Amino acid sequence: MKKRIGKTLLYVVLVAYAIITLIPFLWALSSSFKTLEEIVSGTISFIPKQFTLDNYKQIFIEQKMFPRWLLNSAIIAVTVTVLNLLFNSMAGYALARLQFPGKKSLFIIILAVLMIPAQVTMIPNYLILKQLGWLNSYQGMIVPTMINATFIFMMRQFFINFPKELEEAAELDGLSRLGIFFRIVLPLARPALAAQAIFVFMGSWNDFMRPLIILSDPQLFTLPLGLNSFKGQYISYWNYIMAASMVFTLPVLVIYAFFNRYFIKGISFTGGK
Amino acid sequence: MKRKWRETGAGYLLMSPALFVLLLFIIGPIVFAIFLAFHKVQMLGTTTFEFVGLDNFQRIAHDTRAKIAIWNTLKYVVIVVPCQTILALVLAATLNAGLKGQKFFRIVYFLPTLTSSAVLTLIFMWMYNQNGLINHVLKVLGLPTYNWIGDPDVALNAIMIMNIWSTAPYFMVIYLAALQDIPDSLYEAAELDGANALQKFWYVTVPYLRPVTSFVVIMGLIGTFQLFDQSYIFSAGSGGPNNSTLTVVLLIYQYAFKTLGTMGYAAALAFVLALIILIATLLQRKFSKEESLY
Repeated sequence: MKKRIGKTLLYVVLVAYAIITLIPFLWALSSSFKTLEEIVSGTISFIPKQFTLDNYKQIFIEQKMFPRWLLNSAIIAVTVTVLNLLFNSMAGYALARLQFPGKKSLFIIILAVLMIPAQVTMIPNYLILKQLGWLNSYQGMIVPTMINATFIFMMRQFFINFPKELEEAAELDGLSRLGIFFRIVLPLARPALAAQAIFVFMGSWNDFMRPLIILSDPQLFTLPLGLNSFKGQYISYWNYIMAASMVFTLPVLVIYAFFNRYFIKGISFTGGK
Repeated sequence: MKRKWRETGAGYLLMSPALFVLLLFIIGPIVFAIFLAFHKVQMLGTTTFEFVGLDNFQRIAHDTRAKIAIWNTLKYVVIVVPCQTILALVLAATLNAGLKGQKFFRIVYFLPTLTSSAVLTLIFMWMYNQNGLINHVLKVLGLPTYNWIGDPDVALNAIMIMNIWSTAPYFMVIYLAALQDIPDSLYEAAELDGANALQKFWYVTVPYLRPVTSFVVIMGLIGTFQLFDQSYIFSAGSGGPNNSTLTVVLLIYQYAFKTLGTMGYAAALAFVLALIILIATLLQRKFSKEESLY
């Protein structure tokens, strides 16, 4: 009897918190299908009185920049993700398996870098990019973030625990070190790469501060930045703003649905003991 | 001998992209940042640097806005970190109780962590509207309503509520992973001693999770001290109303990129922030170590 009350109580907590989590998203979604009239009237209803797709039409057709921002975000996030997967694993593998002078100090430097807050490097980075002529460019957004110390560290741990026998067999078959890495080891690292891919992609897709500093040309804006300027432009058109927010969120939800299990793994991996 | 050289070559080849970025965009900038903090930087046409010694650091002591920003940030950290940690722990424990539909709840709870801070801030600004959803709910419940975005007394609280809501699920997942490692025998032993559910949580779960809690608090400290996106979008970059949402990072941004001739000062402020984060992290470590002594 007492146990049943306890269980019911737990369910109440779970359901209540699920509602608290979902309401903002549902409210935004429903607002994105409402007419401006209904938005400004201040009536509260989760079901639009007059269901309309005009807001989505407006942001995609009238607002020519919006598709461009979507494209910029996609180009940058995908490139950054691919490069990170490749370069972080390369560095992680070298640190885990190869013997070369300076390896230990390099590893210590990478660990130390993890502790420096981004604000310290933000201003000099801006000046360096300006010197290189990379402000307002894809490479200015991509190159500084194409490696990540956290994931180099994570990949090193992964490769250290990786069975050596396979590599030794490949070596006997005459493969070089690089051949072993690219043809044998990397394809087998898929679970670690999947977790990493999600986090790097989301980090790049959702980043606000870096594009805010580096990009000033609206043509090159990424979505978060575009969304912010959109808000300035359509200050009281919350129906447009919510439609744009929903378009922005959709790709992340799709990726999450696909990679759900790696998410949890990845977090307990990066956040683990 | 030849083999050794080949191995060195392969090692540096594999490390080269990482080394390049590390030198050009991380280590180089750290050194450059130290240089900047002791200089006055002028960006008109060509960039010039004038050595000013400790002026930039001394200036912080006389800067009212810096004091407000530091105060706001501290207030934010002190309230948000404990709230999100406790909420994360409670949610994780509830989710771990072996109920049906755990998977569904886990996916739902995780949504805010996936969504970008820009989108979340806009959604909440829409809900915080004077005639918006939140005030409407408060009215229905017979509670006082607020001008969430425009009132200097509540604007920072509005950001706090939103961020506790969006960050707690992230830490919840970390707790969930750790909860699965607790041996059942500990709970069985507690049960034999006649412990009820709450006592088991308090005397078995919480102490067992102490190392994870320490990690969660440190990550929380680092994250909250760097609050920027939400304040920036909320106040359209100003830190208003009346500096109430001004954070240290927002102030660094303003001095570095929005006002002329204060880039060196912004670099000095960034160092002070890094130092504050370091001290907070060390204090937390020391504190949690002492606790685990007995």
